[in-house]
Amino acid sequence: MFLPNSISVPFRFFLLTITFFTCGSVLLTSCKPAKPSVKVGINAELTGEMPAVGASCKQAAELFVEQVNKDGGIMVGGTKLPVELSVVDNSCKADQSAAAAQRLISQNGVLVMVGPDASSCAIPAGELAESLGCLMISPWSTNPKTTQDTQTGKPKKNVFRACFTDRFESPVLAAFATKNLHAKTAAILYDVTSEAPTSQSALFKEAFEKAGGKVVSMETYSTGDRDFSAQLTKIRESAPDIIYLPAPYNDTPLIAAQARQLGIKAPFLGSDAWSSPDIIKLDTGKNLEGSYFCNHYSTEAATPKAKQFIADYTARYGNAPDDVAALTYDAMVLASQSISSAGNLDRTAVRDSMAATRTFDGVTGHFVYPKDEREPEKSAVIMQIKDGGFHWVSTVEP
Amino acid sequence: MKYLAQQAINALQLGSIYALIALGYSMVYGVLTMINFAHGDVFMLGAFFCLLLIALVPVPFWLALIVVMAATALLGTLIERFAYRPLRKAPRVSAIITALGCGLVIQNTTLGISPYARPMPRLLENATYQFGGITITMLQIVIIGVSLGLMLALDFLIRKTSFGMAMRAIASDRAMVSLLGIPANEIIAITFAIGAALGGAAGLLYGMAYPVVSASMGITVGWKAFVAAVIGGIGNMRGAVLGAFILGSVEVMTVAVLPSTYRDLISYSLLLLILVFKPYGLLGKPALHKA
Repeated sequence: MFLPNSISVPFRFFLLTITFFTCGSVLLTSCKPAKPSVKVGINAELTGEMPAVGASCKQAAELFVEQVNKDGGIMVGGTKLPVELSVVDNSCKADQSAAAAQRLISQNGVLVMVGPDASSCAIPAGELAESLGCLMISPWSTNPKTTQDTQTGKPKKNVFRACFTDRFESPVLAAFATKNLHAKTAAILYDVTSEAPTSQSALFKEAFEKAGGKVVSMETYSTGDRDFSAQLTKIRESAPDIIYLPAPYNDTPLIAAQARQLGIKAPFLGSDAWSSPDIIKLDTGKNLEGSYFCNHYSTEAATPKAKQFIADYTARYGNAPDDVAALTYDAMVLASQSISSAGNLDRTAVRDSMAATRTFDGVTGHFVYPKDEREPEKSAVIMQIKDGGFHWVSTVEP
Repeated sequence: MKYLAQQAINALQLGSIYALIALGYSMVYGVLTMINFAHGDVFMLGAFFCLLLIALVPVPFWLALIVVMAATALLGTLIERFAYRPLRKAPRVSAIITALGCGLVIQNTTLGISPYARPMPRLLENATYQFGGITITMLQIVIIGVSLGLMLALDFLIRKTSFGMAMRAIASDRAMVSLLGIPANEIIAITFAIGAALGGAAGLLYGMAYPVVSASMGITVGWKAFVAAVIGGIGNMRGAVLGAFILGSVEVMTVAVLPSTYRDLISYSLLLLILVFKPYGLLGKPALHKA
């Protein structure tokens, strides 16, 4: 300490305590009396397995808040209130996303929580939102379990999403494989310890076999694995027409590279988890060239509303928004509309007004929420990786 | 048959990388009876150092290997000097917690600097050879070759040189070694440096084989290599290599003949079984007089 040694130890502590309290009270009194604001929480994968997903989510949410606050905020019961955004990192882990939800809802007192995006995070966070009675909208989680009550199997009261589910996505891909690619046999390789790939693989197999195809090999790995050579050698033996890889954007290039190295030539099909442009940066060997995946929207088939968003986002961040960004933006608009039509800052009222939403025109297309459902019916797009970019192939209506 | 031969090559590649990392765990345990849990993260930094090096100056593979090994060796020495040496007389639990802490500091620093996974640039020509339907790549040959070379060099160092003799002496009685005038601290520091250099080399080779580099890449592989070291008899170098090749083969062969969902269940049950019958690992010996 920079105090003379002659001062006794208890007195030093006394001085220290006084200093703390003075600093604290100065800080407190310098704050202006809190103006009421609309608190919205973001529960995102900023670090961990998919940081690109979290970054898109955060950026889109911040863009929305900037735009709304420039106009004075959200109209609530006749007055415009500014939006206050709290962003919490869930590290892309189940336990931390539950902790992040707890912190946003109980401590920060948010009115709506947007996120998490990955299903493995959205499912546990959804449990908390449900029990704490706070509206949660997941932009990107496609696993059916996210919005389902584990005990009754009925939809959760407080958890909604801005995307379609695997029940829609996987059959769309299976149909594309059998009709457009004329595939008779398929192999699947997926992460058995992750929620979305597990449900997508089961649903893809079901749909593919219903369409007359045959899944000749279904192999798994665990999160964190980098060596897929054993599984791929097995897949090579079964000689499939296509390989379905519902893996995240950062695992997929590794799997593809190892498959091509083993001499597997079958085309790859992927899920919406491929949609981050990082997948192309990581695929240095161009092993994914020509592969197809299912996505939520495409910048190449954009509505005027989407075009406006793409322009704003690109101007603000210097890169085009991926589907997580677009879906987060839609979720933010849905949240603010629900708050606005609730007319007050009550969690139950906001939740009820979200539940009363039937249709919505968003960046990612036209949403129809059937009565008592938590997920919208909306279109999907099939994209192809070609010449180092994503290209729109077709749009599939529900 | 062709299928099994292909899987055997896969197992060799995986086993070689596990072996290089397992050696680092085993060496440190041998001289200090301490588990260096930061080793998996030193391994991860090996890949990142390579990335950094290539971004600065495009160097050929062998030069990158030498520079990365030197850099991780320096890092290993620093960790030993500033994190472990002050705690050498502290309870063993404190040393383990310090090691875990070091690992987390390294990992989260890397995460802070580079949260995104990065592609590893190609260092070697991507040649593929066919031998009667079996595919083997240049990269696999290099990985297996470099690993075996480093392992043989280490074996020679430990068994045939005076440094190796001093190292083995420290493992059996550190106090006596100091009394005899052997600079125990220096020997321990060099042991850490060698262990870290092998970990760094493994990181580089792993980054080349699986060319997406991220801050969390050391966790799973680090744990598996640690398991391999224990199976072989931690503290015993040949045991670490044996354990690593057993683990690699069991993992690959389980997938080869059974549904891959059972891989971790079967490989780890088998390893538990080995420990039931050989509690000190396959080549480990019970320590009689170690404090």
